[in-house]
Amino acid sequence: MFDTLLPYLLAGISVGGQYALIAVGYTLVYGILRLINFAHGDIFTAAGFFMVYLAAALPPILAIPLVIILTVVLGFTVERVAYKPLRTAPRMSIMISAIGVSYLLQNLMWYLTGGLARQYPVLPGLGDSIQIGSASTKVVTLVTPVVTVILVVALVLLIKRTKIGMAMRAVSVDFETAQLMGIKINSVISVTFIIGSAMAAIGSMLYFTNYTAVTPTIGAMPGLKAFVAAVFGGIGSIPGAMIGALIIGICENLIKAAGLTMFSDAFTFALLIVVLLVRPTGLFGEKTREKV
Amino acid sequence: MKKTGNRRLIISLAVVALIYVAGFIVEQTCGSKSMAVTVLQKGAVYALIAVSMNLLNGFTGLFSLGQAGFMLIGAYSYAILTIPMAKRAAVYQYYDGGIVQFTIGMIPALLVAGVVAALFAALIGMPVLRLKGDYLAIATLGFAEIIRAFIQWDAIGPLTNGSNLLKTYPTLKTAMPGNTVLFTFIVVGICIGLILLLINSTYGRAFKAIRDDEIAAEAMGINLFHHKQMAFVISCFFAGIGGALLAMYQGTLQANGFKSAMTYEILLIVVIGGLGSVSGSIIASFLFIACSEWWLRFLDAETMIGDFKVPLLAPGFRMVAFSVVIMVVVLFFRKGIMGDRELWDLGSRRKAKGGSDIK
Amino acid sequence: MSEKINGENNVLRLTDITMQFGGVVAINNLSLEVNTGEIVALIGPNGAGKTTAFNCITGVYEPTNGAVYFHGKPIAVNHPQGKMVKQYSGINADKYKNQKAVVYTPDKITHMGIARTFQNIRLFKSQTAFENVLIGTHLRRTSNFLTASFRLNAKEEKAMREKARNLLEIVGLADVGDELATSLPYGKQRRLEIARALATDPTLLLLDEPAAGMNPQETDELGEFIVDIKNKFNLTVFMIEHHMNLVMDISDRIYVLDFGKQIAEGTPDEIQKNPVVIAAYLGVDEE
Repeated sequence: MFDTLLPYLLAGISVGGQYALIAVGYTLVYGILRLINFAHGDIFTAAGFFMVYLAAALPPILAIPLVIILTVVLGFTVERVAYKPLRTAPRMSIMISAIGVSYLLQNLMWYLTGGLARQYPVLPGLGDSIQIGSASTKVVTLVTPVVTVILVVALVLLIKRTKIGMAMRAVSVDFETAQLMGIKINSVISVTFIIGSAMAAIGSMLYFTNYTAVTPTIGAMPGLKAFVAAVFGGIGSIPGAMIGALIIGICENLIKAAGLTMFSDAFTFALLIVVLLVRPTGLFGEKTREKV
Repeated sequence: MKKTGNRRLIISLAVVALIYVAGFIVEQTCGSKSMAVTVLQKGAVYALIAVSMNLLNGFTGLFSLGQAGFMLIGAYSYAILTIPMAKRAAVYQYYDGGIVQFTIGMIPALLVAGVVAALFAALIGMPVLRLKGDYLAIATLGFAEIIRAFIQWDAIGPLTNGSNLLKTYPTLKTAMPGNTVLFTFIVVGICIGLILLLINSTYGRAFKAIRDDEIAAEAMGINLFHHKQMAFVISCFFAGIGGALLAMYQGTLQANGFKSAMTYEILLIVVIGGLGSVSGSIIASFLFIACSEWWLRFLDAETMIGDFKVPLLAPGFRMVAFSVVIMVVVLFFRKGIMGDRELWDLGSRRKAKGGSDIK
Repeated sequence: MSEKINGENNVLRLTDITMQFGGVVAINNLSLEVNTGEIVALIGPNGAGKTTAFNCITGVYEPTNGAVYFHGKPIAVNHPQGKMVKQYSGINADKYKNQKAVVYTPDKITHMGIARTFQNIRLFKSQTAFENVLIGTHLRRTSNFLTASFRLNAKEEKAMREKARNLLEIVGLADVGDELATSLPYGKQRRLEIARALATDPTLLLLDEPAAGMNPQETDELGEFIVDIKNKFNLTVFMIEHHMNLVMDISDRIYVLDFGKQIAEGTPDEIQKNPVVIAAYLGVDEE
């Protein structure tokens, strides 16, 4: 029984880790701006395309960092152009802007790539086969959880121990007061988007090694699932996002193992609804009260 | 004062009638397959869906992203009930002819489409409407995705045909050839008319109160859940009818055609037209459809001027240009085309509609 | 002296109300009453828990312990439950343990006849002054959404509009009826909020700092205005205020709150001379 489940469990941990790297971007941005960054999934997709084109011209040792840099620039630009002007606008406006950016990015990618699925290049070592117990899988399945944990731990340390981390925490608790206290809001928000985009870029390298077809809309579903993971773990909590993502990744694959592939996506949304109804603050989130 | 109100109403109705006649004439002269007619048909259907979404998002302030799901329910309800008996075996070929072995007329089916969507909305509303802001948005988005997955489930294939196409139901082409524009306009017109009646009633005012300040609205005796549920169910009723009309427009029906991308498009239309303006949603729908289907097509064609190849023009550029325009509106013209005013109120004193005179 | 005790003369009674948020006790064992036709004021330094008391009465908060009675009928009853049992640091928890908890949503409480205004004005931003008051008439409707949509309720709609128009006239805002509510000057906005509250046909009116931001002349006019509408509409008024002139001028009785506890109660004369009250407001002399 374990033998038949093993490949699914491994796939679950692998994709869960990849979702976690995307989820961190959502939870950071939501914590600070109270914005569901609908465009985050498309930034993830763009990172995939960056690699497709760069790897064709450059060796991996150059392509990999360049992909991260380009993705970060993209995320930074999106924030400056589409979100910053709306910081004082009602919440719905900025969310609509995020949807608009998502729409634009998808259309842009379609235009630039012609709409055909592109093959993600094989990154050295990651694509190799490896035997774990009775299951045969790719090296990336092992690399992902390790990379995820390292990055998440690094991020948590950053938030807890550094000055910029403290600034981020302050802004997420009380935006206006943080500003009044002299915290450079623009820097904090930019750093947030930079971190989120960078992690999405790394996540994309791991994800597309497994699911090699890159299309303009390929990032929508992982993006949505990563967001659910962030909510499930408790929006604003980084370890929560990681744990939520792992749980989703594993359950999703177990459902596939049970033969109900059609529902593996729907499961994530059903989970979302249960969480929102039973415990909206998620596993590790905090409650807030509105003053009357 | 009563006279001015009545006169305004008569003029508006006259203008509407003229538009209908114009639409009819366009169809007769350009033919049912022409681009103009396509835009009029699709634009009208999207107008209904946009107005129904505006009722919920713009007038009541409930940020719901589940429209595609309810449109899907309406579309499927309509199609399943109107497939002619003779064709059922062929359509449901993988499911032994399917479980539904009767057919009803087109108009009753449209109503049923709305009712079924409304019933689902009532069920879903119960847990979901207690959520705030963004959480409501993602919960409704989640439900839409669940509905889409559910409809494609093999186990209920005998009802929905699983992930296979539904076809042979009465479509615009088959049911009223030559009069498609008039039909669509009439159905959509009646629906939007009903929504307008609701918005201008005391309930519409209660919805706006909830949008402006929930806590104050509740303190004024407005039961939040009851009214939110009302807005949600009514909005989804019309979304269901809109979905059915879309199925009639498309000719065939498949669950994967109703992804959340469709909801985002409707939302963008509503925002461009103006959250809280019915006429804005109507205008924006036609503009959106005209631009995306027709006017900007030239941007997709590789064009040569003499020996010089015009840069940028290539397939897909149309949608890019379009998306940029949308972003410009979202960033710089947040109130949209109409803001929260109506076309027929322009020119009258600001906010004089329903003013302190007794009508 | 006011007629205390029970029965027909009592409009509002709070008994042993404690409101605790997590570890913070906002209101500590508060008991008070307001009787028919009185104007009672609730005063105290900032943060004393006054608006919290209002919120407990109107159903915005569920009190942690205690009961609220309106015309003798319980509209809020609770005792510490769940996590709060351990955290509860108030008294009298046993008194209410055996009573069934009663909780109503704010709209139901408004239906019963309690209307309020807010410390930070909460007018409907996209609506005109007239429309704001008109919305206050919605709760007494007898139509449903179908009859309303098909205009079968024409008579009721006309009556609602007439009522709103009259209220606007009474508060002196008839000339600005078609202005956007939030474009009005501050003082008029406060009066508009009162008009809107009146539209709900209350018997008890809760005013939360109605004179906030007003100059002395406006405050005097407001005082006259409150007495006026109290008589005109047969109301009982319970108000939170900081403008001592207004409080002393028009109140029949005053309750003084500090750190969530009642520290004094009496007529304006008594309160003005009460050393505990003076200490709470001005601090104790160091000398």
